[in-house]
Amino acid sequence: MNTAAMLPQTADYMRLLPEIVLTVFGMIVMVMDAAAEGRGEGRSRGRSIGRIKDRRIEKILGAVALVGSLAAITATFVQAQYPGFAFWNMVQVDSFSVFFHFLVAAVTAVVILTSFEYMEVQQIRAGEYYALILFGAAGMSLMSSAVELVLVFIALEISSISTYVLAGFRRRAAISSESSVKYFLLGSFATAFFLYGVALMFGATGSTNIATIGDVLRSGQIPLLAYAGVALMFVGLGFKVAAAPFHIWTPDVYEGAPSPVVGFMSTAPKAAVFAVLLRIMFEAHAPGRIGLIWVVAALSMTIGNLGALVQDNIKRLLAYSSIAHAGYLLVAYAALPDNGIPAAMFYTASYAAMNVGAFAVVSHFGSAGERYVTLGDYSGLGRRSPLLAATLTIFLLSLIGIPITGGFFAKFYVFSAALQANLVGLVIVGVLNSAVGAYYYLRIIVVMYMREPQQEVPVARIPVGLGFALAISLVTTIYLGVLPGRVLEYASRTATAWMR
Amino acid sequence: MTTALDSTILSLIAFIPLAGALLLLIMPRRDREARWLALGVSIVAFLASLHLPVHLVRSQAGFQFEINRQWISNPNIHYHMGVDGISMWLVVLTTFLTPLCVLISWKSINDRVKEFFIILLVLETALIGVFTALDLFLFYFFWEATLIPMALLIGMYGHGRKVYAAVKFFLYTMIASMFMLAAILWLYAKTGTFDFGSVQAAIRSGQLEGFAAAAPWLFLGFFIAFAVKVPLFPFHTWLPDAHVEAPTAGSVLLAGVLLKMGTYGMLRFNLGLFPEQSRGNAPWIMVLALIGIIYGALVAMVQPNLKKLIAYSSISHLGFVVLGIFSFTQAGLDGATFVMLAHGVSTGALFMLAGILYERRHTYEIAEFGGLAAPMPVYATFFLFIMLASVGLPLLNGFIGEFLVLSGAFRARALYGVLGATGVIWSACYLLWMYQRVFFGKVTHEVNLTLADLDGSERAALWPTAIVALVMGVAPLVWLNAIDPAVRSALSPFTQLASKVVGR
Repeated sequence: MNTAAMLPQTADYMRLLPEIVLTVFGMIVMVMDAAAEGRGEGRSRGRSIGRIKDRRIEKILGAVALVGSLAAITATFVQAQYPGFAFWNMVQVDSFSVFFHFLVAAVTAVVILTSFEYMEVQQIRAGEYYALILFGAAGMSLMSSAVELVLVFIALEISSISTYVLAGFRRRAAISSESSVKYFLLGSFATAFFLYGVALMFGATGSTNIATIGDVLRSGQIPLLAYAGVALMFVGLGFKVAAAPFHIWTPDVYEGAPSPVVGFMSTAPKAAVFAVLLRIMFEAHAPGRIGLIWVVAALSMTIGNLGALVQDNIKRLLAYSSIAHAGYLLVAYAALPDNGIPAAMFYTASYAAMNVGAFAVVSHFGSAGERYVTLGDYSGLGRRSPLLAATLTIFLLSLIGIPITGGFFAKFYVFSAALQANLVGLVIVGVLNSAVGAYYYLRIIVVMYMREPQQEVPVARIPVGLGFALAISLVTTIYLGVLPGRVLEYASRTATAWMR
Repeated sequence: MTTALDSTILSLIAFIPLAGALLLLIMPRRDREARWLALGVSIVAFLASLHLPVHLVRSQAGFQFEINRQWISNPNIHYHMGVDGISMWLVVLTTFLTPLCVLISWKSINDRVKEFFIILLVLETALIGVFTALDLFLFYFFWEATLIPMALLIGMYGHGRKVYAAVKFFLYTMIASMFMLAAILWLYAKTGTFDFGSVQAAIRSGQLEGFAAAAPWLFLGFFIAFAVKVPLFPFHTWLPDAHVEAPTAGSVLLAGVLLKMGTYGMLRFNLGLFPEQSRGNAPWIMVLALIGIIYGALVAMVQPNLKKLIAYSSISHLGFVVLGIFSFTQAGLDGATFVMLAHGVSTGALFMLAGILYERRHTYEIAEFGGLAAPMPVYATFFLFIMLASVGLPLLNGFIGEFLVLSGAFRARALYGVLGATGVIWSACYLLWMYQRVFFGKVTHEVNLTLADLDGSERAALWPTAIVALVMGVAPLVWLNAIDPAVRSALSPFTQLASKVVGR
């Protein structure tokens, strides 16, 4: 064997560039934070001076993290120039992985922009916060390009562990710690299921490489073990995307976790896990796909929407809505690959835009200690802060699926893909659910514009960082609703490549 | 003769209001300027829309001023707009009423003024889009787009149970239009196009796979969405609530234009795409229309609330329109289109008049008034004039349309004509009785003696409606000679159908 061939080549590193960039910047933030802390303690006598100094350091750390995420976006473009396999066929760079790399990095940037203000208002020491977001993003990026199930597992753990910690970042709030512990316990349980599934899959097909598994399953008899493997892997991944019946953790965790983090973990890791699911379901040709997805999608849509109907806490409401959206998205997985895959990819992108935006508004409006998170607090927002209310309205309309927003075409593509696969029953369930969903999103709009405020809820000015974050999400949401063609076309390339 | 303007004029008319709304958005929050800007923009849109009747080639059936560009490649959606003699007048009606809505809201809207006019202008764009879209998807898009601004107008600026009314309006129409979306998607799946003309051609060719089985459902899918909008009995329950709680400008546009979206949709899509199913379903639809005419009138008669009375009279009048459309006669369809326009003008004006009274007394209860002719003579005169137009007095705009509809209905089935004709009598009853209770007799409430007569902006809003009501009654041919060819081409599949039945 040639030793030179065993060593990674330059191109291999290029294919991993975004992950490398994110990790390096994460480490820089961490080291800087530690160094600054050591000096700060020695000097500051008065607490107020120390606090001001802390603020400044945090701002710098945030800025470094932002640069890191922007660098990751750039790195994605570099990476796109080197399509192919890397590191002994464990990583594959194709239009599919590039799509999700870009998505994860963009969400990360927007979330960091939102966090500047949030951290200051909540008075949270934010040093390792930014580092954890970057590490998590590295894990998520890796998930979308990993084609080796063991590597998928490692990437999944990287991303999960950082989100467990992030969920508990409001240290003063008991509810946040509860959220973190709950997420951690159930989450590690779920990843164990995934690992078990991988093991069974290995037993059934003799490989952990997704393409090889696909070849084996396509070629001949499908062993029973493979069904069990798919089901167990799906339990693990279904937990991460909050699909029913693995959704129980979602409302509690979302309620307790800091709002920007919720915006992050309801979009970026979900997108990455959905990418993994796409690979497993379509590229690995998972047996029993349609029946499994049918049930889970119908359950998620129904439970999510019915649950959201009775919520008064806006974070819990959006948590249930995210369960419902996971259901809509899964509908695409039951469709045929050539239009199911692009539909699912389009949905993840538009869902990311509108949901990150919605949570950015929620985190701004929550103010210190996240006091204002009930529906009643939002009453009269249309009068007190017309701009904020109008922005949230557009995100909510997109979540309903009203035309001219990305949410409409997302649903449109998913349902029409399902119709072409003759899944009429599932589409009817989906359409009925969207009608139910319209009601509770509408409730928020009604409260904002048509009810008088019961108490004086202050609304702070929109700071620059948040303004950028909102503008990016808004423009993306509307862009996907007016000109969805380019993104869909890009997503379709994957389907053609995989169909071979 | 086609000029460059001919292909862009529709986009221009449709998007001038939207541009105005964006301008308002970035403008500083100053109420006076916002009002003037909204008025200016809406008048410009009206003037631009006058290009259509002036340059429409009357002798030519089919769509004119067309523009057709690809918008999205997958799904295959085109930005395709165009008008014929029917939709053209509805566009002009929309642009005509909007400046009047601005005028009538001049003083009555004091809170969140900027937002109000932004919503109003966005609504105007969506309404024009509905009447000009020739791509099914584009149509659906504008159709849904009217929903949000209207619901916001009711919910933000209405009174009383405004939130209830707004949500009811929104949910009713949105759920109904989902059926239409389903039908549109079915057609797209089978034909691969959203284009109205292409879909129509594909259906008429008879080659569409599975169409025979699906057609009744598709017809119903479209019909339910439109019937809720009209509103046809028994889908009408959202209308009184929405009207009573809406601000005046909202009511004017709701009655004047939004209801016509439903009847226009029936005419264009139900008749245009599914002639056989329209023919087959006509009997029960006409019965529902007759129930609407008579039921609406009877309920209007016993209303103690002025605005609710006008709202129920709308249900009655729109019944005439549906009756005319499903009579499948030239006269019936001509009349239906004419009633749409006449009702838009006169009921719009009636709502403005009711709103003027509300501003002075903050009530719509008829019992609170009486003898108003003495303190408000000019107001009383306007009211009388408009009311007579609405009753259907010859030489005013209400008469021609109802007459044509009834003559068409007679030809379809004599009984329908007879029953429909009673509607004219009923409308005279409830409107004249209402007028008597509000304006004649002694002034029973002290406050009414001090009521101010019309002011400048109110007169400015009412004069145009009065003039148009008169002109439409005296010279209906100006309108009808454009409507006629469009109706004839809409009816062409039916004459073929009839000849098939007769066996000629």
